[in-house]
Amino acid sequence: MTARIGVVTFPGTLDDQDALRAVRVAGAEPVSLWHRDKDLHQVDAVILAGGFSYGDYLRAGAISRFSPVMETVIEQARAGMPVLGICNGFQILTEAHLLPGAMLRNNHLHFICRDQTLRVENAETAWTSDYSAGQEISVPLKNMDGRYTADEHTLDELEAEGRVAFRYVGRNPNGSLRDIAGITNAAGNVVGLMPHPEHAVEPLIGTGRTDGLGFFTSIIKKLVNA
Amino acid sequence: MARVVVDVMLKPEILDPQGQAVQRALPRLGFEGIADVRQGKRFELQVEGPVDNAALARIHELAETFLANTVIEDFTVKVENAEESK
Repeated sequence: MTARIGVVTFPGTLDDQDALRAVRVAGAEPVSLWHRDKDLHQVDAVILAGGFSYGDYLRAGAISRFSPVMETVIEQARAGMPVLGICNGFQILTEAHLLPGAMLRNNHLHFICRDQTLRVENAETAWTSDYSAGQEISVPLKNMDGRYTADEHTLDELEAEGRVAFRYVGRNPNGSLRDIAGITNAAGNVVGLMPHPEHAVEPLIGTGRTDGLGFFTSIIKKLVNA
Repeated sequence: MARVVVDVMLKPEILDPQGQAVQRALPRLGFEGIADVRQGKRFELQVEGPVDNAALARIHELAETFLANTVIEDFTVKVENAEESK
């Protein structure tokens, strides 16, 4: 069986082609999904890629959350379908309340673009099982609204349940509370993170490393063994 | 048509670097004595038909689900008198 992994394109999505390519490089079948189409075309998992969907004109991810495709994604994610939100995709997942908290403008107000070291805190989600807990990886980071925020109670709950999936190592790039770079829902099927693993799956591009490939191989193993 | 204004502000406990950047620029411009600035958003909705309780309830719902993200923002809804707004 070949896993079918969908990547949604909204108006303003920038990284859909890289995400589709990462899916193919990892060995799954990439499927393009369109924001106005409710149908997920029998995919086994969905990736919400980076960019500035609907221009982020209201808040990052706020308008896309109400697109037709998201109605189905939200429903299926709640039923257990694996969903990965990268950067703008993470913002969409918080706006859709599939993940707690919210994303705010970087504390220094600058767009940031650099290679970022992350620590994998939770290697038991659908998207991280090919990593090991505590492993450090380097992938590109590029965002304007990457400051993860939640109230203290939510943060404590995320920590207690091991749902902080990734933390920034070294300088915190955007003022994210508790250095949070990515989180997962309680079931572990929905994961969101600000940095971009899809830009680090081939040695020729990005960091020159392939540290991001683990996201895509993790989900393929999960789907094939399911 | 009546105008309904929805004001959205970051909650007081949320860091507002945009407001801070504006506040820090004030002394350079010769404005002294402004202790703090916070930046929000104002939406002006031109509403067809009467702004009765049912219409206001729908606008409240619109503000709560879409215009504001209540994880980080507070909002207020107020009706502007059509005469005043001219």
